[in-house]
Amino acid sequence: MQHPPPRHQGGGLIRGIPAILSVVSAFVIWELYVRVSGISPLMLPAPSRVLEQMVQNRALLWHNTLPTIQATLSGFALSVSVAFALSIVLDFMPRVRRALFPIFVVSQTLPLVAIAPLVVLWFGFDLTPKILLVALVTFFPMLVALVDGYASTDPEIEALLRSMGASRRVLFRTARLPSAMPYFFAGLRISITYAVVAAIFAEYVGARAGLGIVILNAKNSFRPDLVLAAVVISSVLTLVLFAATALLQRIVLRWRDVGEVR
Amino acid sequence: MTALAMQGVGITLGGTVVLDDITLHVAEGEFVSILGPSGAGKSTIFRLLTGALRHDRGMVTAGGRPLDQGEPGFAFMPQRDALMPWRRILDNLTLGLEVQGMARREARARVLPLLSAFGLAGFERHYPAQLSGGMRQRAALLRTLVQGRPVQLLDEPFGALDALTRTQMQAWFEDRWREARWTTLLVTHDVREAVALSDRIYVLSRRPARVIAEIPVPAPRPRLGRAPGPDAHALEAQLVDILLTQTGDQT
Repeated sequence: MQHPPPRHQGGGLIRGIPAILSVVSAFVIWELYVRVSGISPLMLPAPSRVLEQMVQNRALLWHNTLPTIQATLSGFALSVSVAFALSIVLDFMPRVRRALFPIFVVSQTLPLVAIAPLVVLWFGFDLTPKILLVALVTFFPMLVALVDGYASTDPEIEALLRSMGASRRVLFRTARLPSAMPYFFAGLRISITYAVVAAIFAEYVGARAGLGIVILNAKNSFRPDLVLAAVVISSVLTLVLFAATALLQRIVLRWRDVGEVR
Repeated sequence: MTALAMQGVGITLGGTVVLDDITLHVAEGEFVSILGPSGAGKSTIFRLLTGALRHDRGMVTAGGRPLDQGEPGFAFMPQRDALMPWRRILDNLTLGLEVQGMARREARARVLPLLSAFGLAGFERHYPAQLSGGMRQRAALLRTLVQGRPVQLLDEPFGALDALTRTQMQAWFEDRWREARWTTLLVTHDVREAVALSDRIYVLSRRPARVIAEIPVPAPRPRLGRAPGPDAHALEAQLVDILLTQTGDQT
């Protein structure tokens, strides 16, 4: 089969130990370096100071994290729904696919640095431009994942369904869509990490609130400790969303995790 | 009564004549094999019968009526099992009935009583990846048979199995077939398999394919599970000779 062998469950904590150890030791080295060298916290704040700032400014950070979450999730939901709907159209109409695909590729080559200010200029400082930018960044990976996924359908399964008298619609529903699911989730995991970054960048360019604004203000007032505090939050946010998609994949693709009981 | 007949059927694909003149028939309750060298176009015949291809010349009739293009008349078992890895065994087995529009509950009720005869009882909730090659092949066969089509088209159904499992599966299959007498058209390049299972064997030439021999197999059944008689050996030798004349020119 084309699918990777089933992963065995359990032992996740044990397998995670090396990763946890390397992260912890990186922070320890960082902390030691700051203390020993006596470098100014305006240049490089110690992890302990970043943590302290996070606690002190928790109200501010929380207040600004919510808009980022909102922009990320709304933009991502928009892009996944549009990509899904469009992928179905493209799968049923190969000619439309050939006509539109180059446009989508071009949409990916647009530099976010140039596009973001324009989108903010056109749509204002509210949520709309953030949603649009997140959607723009995540749309193409999702679309490609789905289109590739449909194409990965086993031709023998398709031949079998046709011999049963299945229509193109039944073929899509029973074979092509389920075949695309592993690709869909791979795309989802990649896109969700882009989504958070895109939302923060969109805020950075122009917003009333959000982690991007925290970073912008902290930078302008020479507060690297606050910049890093916002970075920590955005990393945690990304990891949580990543874990959520992994969990969803576990549930939907149950069949890939089955062990062999022969 | 003739269940399936092909009369002077020919097909040209991309400028190559793949099937030149295929004339054959399968009577109701009969087991017929198509034997041919590799790449002779055996699978093309099935693609044509399952509606994946359209023939250019000749006529195909099912149950005496010309086969409507696009209307499925035959149940098809592809070379590899083609079980959907995301569907449990039971849901794979009901696939054909569901495509026909039968409600899931009714389709399951139709399939469940057949599981034990196919050695699948207790495995209906498993996924295909959890089953052995032989079990998967039996599941694929049951999925073919439950569709209730008048003719079963089997495309090298045991070809992907290891030798031991293949021998077991052939003997098991013969037992099932003797009980039910499904009208069957088998495509194979395995001479021994064709002789062991068939009532009649058609031998194809190399491409462009024509029927070059039609050979009845009179040996009494069951044939498998005991030493084959001298007749079977003679027949196998004869078929190998015919096939060798077909491949000889190319080498």
